[in-house]
Amino acid sequence: MTWSDVYLLSPELSVAAAALLALVAGMANAHRGVVTALGLLGLAASLVLTGLLWAELDGNVDLCSVLGEDSGTALHGALAVDRFALFFKGLIGVSTALVLLASYAYTQRFASRGPEFTSLVLFAATGMMLLAAGRELITLYVALELSTLPLVALAAFSGGQRASEAGLKYLVLGAVASAVLLYGMTLTFGYTGSTVLESMAASVSDAALDGSRPFGVGVLVLGVVMMVAGFGFKVAAVPFHGWIPDVYEGAPTPITAFLSVASKAAGFAVVMRVFFTAFEPLEVDWALLFAGIAAASMTFGNLAAIQQANIKRMLAYSTIAHAGYLLVGVAAVAARTPDGVTIGPETVLFYLGGYAVTNLAAFFAVIAVANRTGSELIASFAGMGRRAPWLAAALTVALLSLTGIPLTVGFMAKLFVFGAAVKADLAWLVALGAVNSVVSAYYYLRVVRVMYLGEPSEGEQPSRAVPLDLSVAVTALAVVALGLWPRPLFHAAERAVERLF
Amino acid sequence: MLLTATVFLPLAGAALILLLGDRARRVRLFAAAVGIADFALALLVFRSYDRAEGGFQLVDKFDAWIPQLDIQYHLAVDGLSAPLVLLTGLLGLAAIYSSWSIGQRHREYFAWLLTLQAAVMGVFTAQDFVLFFIFWELELVPMFFLISIWGSGRKEHSAMKFLLFTFTGSAFMLVGLLAVYFSTGVFDMTQLVGMDLNNLLLPSQLVFAFFFIAFAVKLPVWPVHTWLPDAHTDAPTAVSVMLAGVLLKMGGYGLIRVNVSMFPDVAAEAATALAVLAVISILYGALVTFRQSDLKRLVANSSISHMGFVLLGVTSVGAAAGELSPVGLTGAAMQMFSHGAVTGLLFVMVGVVYDKAHTRHIPDLGGLAPKMPFAAVAFLVAGLASLGLPATSGFAAEIMVFLGTFPAHGVLTGIATVGVLMAAGYVLWTVQRSLFGPPRERWAHLGDVSAVEAVAPVLLMAAILAVGIYPALLSDVFTSGVNDLLPRFTP
Repeated sequence: MTWSDVYLLSPELSVAAAALLALVAGMANAHRGVVTALGLLGLAASLVLTGLLWAELDGNVDLCSVLGEDSGTALHGALAVDRFALFFKGLIGVSTALVLLASYAYTQRFASRGPEFTSLVLFAATGMMLLAAGRELITLYVALELSTLPLVALAAFSGGQRASEAGLKYLVLGAVASAVLLYGMTLTFGYTGSTVLESMAASVSDAALDGSRPFGVGVLVLGVVMMVAGFGFKVAAVPFHGWIPDVYEGAPTPITAFLSVASKAAGFAVVMRVFFTAFEPLEVDWALLFAGIAAASMTFGNLAAIQQANIKRMLAYSTIAHAGYLLVGVAAVAARTPDGVTIGPETVLFYLGGYAVTNLAAFFAVIAVANRTGSELIASFAGMGRRAPWLAAALTVALLSLTGIPLTVGFMAKLFVFGAAVKADLAWLVALGAVNSVVSAYYYLRVVRVMYLGEPSEGEQPSRAVPLDLSVAVTALAVVALGLWPRPLFHAAERAVERLF
Repeated sequence: MLLTATVFLPLAGAALILLLGDRARRVRLFAAAVGIADFALALLVFRSYDRAEGGFQLVDKFDAWIPQLDIQYHLAVDGLSAPLVLLTGLLGLAAIYSSWSIGQRHREYFAWLLTLQAAVMGVFTAQDFVLFFIFWELELVPMFFLISIWGSGRKEHSAMKFLLFTFTGSAFMLVGLLAVYFSTGVFDMTQLVGMDLNNLLLPSQLVFAFFFIAFAVKLPVWPVHTWLPDAHTDAPTAVSVMLAGVLLKMGGYGLIRVNVSMFPDVAAEAATALAVLAVISILYGALVTFRQSDLKRLVANSSISHMGFVLLGVTSVGAAAGELSPVGLTGAAMQMFSHGAVTGLLFVMVGVVYDKAHTRHIPDLGGLAPKMPFAAVAFLVAGLASLGLPATSGFAAEIMVFLGTFPAHGVLTGIATVGVLMAAGYVLWTVQRSLFGPPRERWAHLGDVSAVEAVAPVLLMAAILAVGIYPALLSDVFTSGVNDLLPRFTP
């Protein structure tokens, strides 16, 4: 590891440093405000450095001449430093900062364990950032574990039966998924003789179909399918979704938000990088595979969400559905146009960005409401429109965005992703997605209806938590702002994918 | 900038209303001021439109919105949309004046009502497909809240039903417009008219069907009409006025703007099938109307029948090349305007009667006319226009529909005329049962409408009679819009 590597990895390193400092501050009995401030500082530094590296790739800044024209690698080629990775580092950094801000009041209930909470969140974020940058299988695997294990501890953090169940379920199912992934990686390594994605791609295109290797190309396909399963767990797509509802319900709500946004984004980053770098040359109809998973995820997620009475469970199933919409975009990327042009990777990135602010807004508003009513049942949201009009408005905006109603970023995101899919000749999938949006309108708007029509319940605690209110406001405003003016985010997404695809 | 101002003034008004205090009187007066100002702007749009020149005018364009997909902010009016902008301004004002008796949550109510008006204005003026779709969907949100909060009866059920029906239609439209975009690379509706859309990613018949489903739900056409009686019956008066008056017109407008203009060949092929649907809607709607005992439900069901004439007029494009004239399409557009004013007025009057008598059950009414002569006159004018009496707008519109459609579908047009006879039946029967008859003891305390309540009926009656006596006021403008389309049907 050279000094230039330190610079290239500085976004991850600053988050990891903040995580360690948070632990130290906890041992020194620092006030939890100090701990959170440390975390936010580390994330801010990470975001600034991410911006700096982006500028470096553009050629606007030149602090050390290790970066090539548009991309570079660090740690002997294990990690990529390209705009694709930087886009996700920015997205994960911002989401993590908002989650920390929103959980400031929440950590109060953990008393002395607050610093550990902050530290674990930061460690998980480090893992996710590495996951987005990994271009080598072993690195990817380590990064995946680094991002998952802190989340297991966090899922069980609040103690009690439900939380323990959540933690255990996540641990066991996560371990199974990891094992499957690892086995898949082994098979692909055995076939291609390399763990670096680019070399794997070269090997696949050289000799994919010549039949000279032991067990033939079937082994490679089996390995890839097992990797799909492993990553499918991470992005919560059907049929690898079994852990979602219980973990989402049992985990502390800020962690649920974190899982549904940052963890999912990292999962999509790795799916896109691995499949479209290493296995693109393989002549298998990836589009059909992804389209199938997308169709199943959308349909199952939405149908299951209808029956939920607990809002966290409802949002849990809704994230499965949204993984489906995202996979529509991935399927479009895999399908390409008839004349071989790759389409739509930027729409997936845009969707992830839009979905991040939307889902964070929804979960933060749920935290704020639950602080008042002490309940996460949808029925307890009754009368929020009058009791807390701004909060109800923010949650309404988030739910409309999840439905895909115009003037919110959710609409723009769906428009772009579905557009890419139509262009890729997947009109049937778009039709299914559109019908799914209608189904989702039913359960999202049911919450809105309860908030504005129901009678307020008794025994409500007035609750003011400035950091939480701030994060609700920021995310809800971002939902509308990006819905009206999607251009900057879309442009960033376009730049992020221009070299990779 | 005129169109931008017309579309966004109500939206700005809605935002400002939320900043006003919760004093009902101040909120109402402010909303009325916004409504009057927007009506004035809509009149200005109508006046500024040069009917001799035709084409798209008053263009507002900003092309740096989402340049990656060539999505623009693009507003313009042509002969088809200019009168509908006027209608929206007129009915928006009428809706505000028929909301005086709203009893709760005034600020929210008027804010949503003005947002609704802005969204509909946007639908009629947007010339970019994505912008059109955005306004189309945006209208759902205020409607959902207006029906489910301020409605009556099974209001939540009706609001959700309305929303799900329309949203399903929009889902089809979204697929359709994406298919059009990715085949042509154009979202600009003014350019799409005039392009050959016969070779798309999907078969053009299928794309046509997707758009038709979206617009048919809105119009509504049998068999996707079932949301309409529920939504109307449970909505507050002003929302029924907006729903019947302008929201249904979005369906007819879309049919002409998209299905007919962009897919002329498919439209001509499908004309007979659509005419059959139109005739079923006309007759079925009329038959169901006969069976109603709730005054509001009765008016709602009559809408299905009357909007069937719009679809019938549209199917005139099925005529052989030499026989096609602008009369049928112009008639369809006229019927949209006429039905907007007439049914708007009917709903206003039903609201007035209900506010005073506290019942809409027709057998319980009767003998009201001596107590409220003005209301009775307004009701009667609306009723007579509804059955198409000469000198009212209904006559001008329906005669043009029949004249225009006859060359294309002689027999079906003949059957459809039965709908007019049936309209005469249910309108006169209803007016007789609910307004006339011997004076009743229980209505002794009722008075006539107040000055505020009279604003909306006077405006709407003026529109109905003006168009009825001098149809060229409107038909010239509509014809100038339709004339731009006709060359596409004569290869």
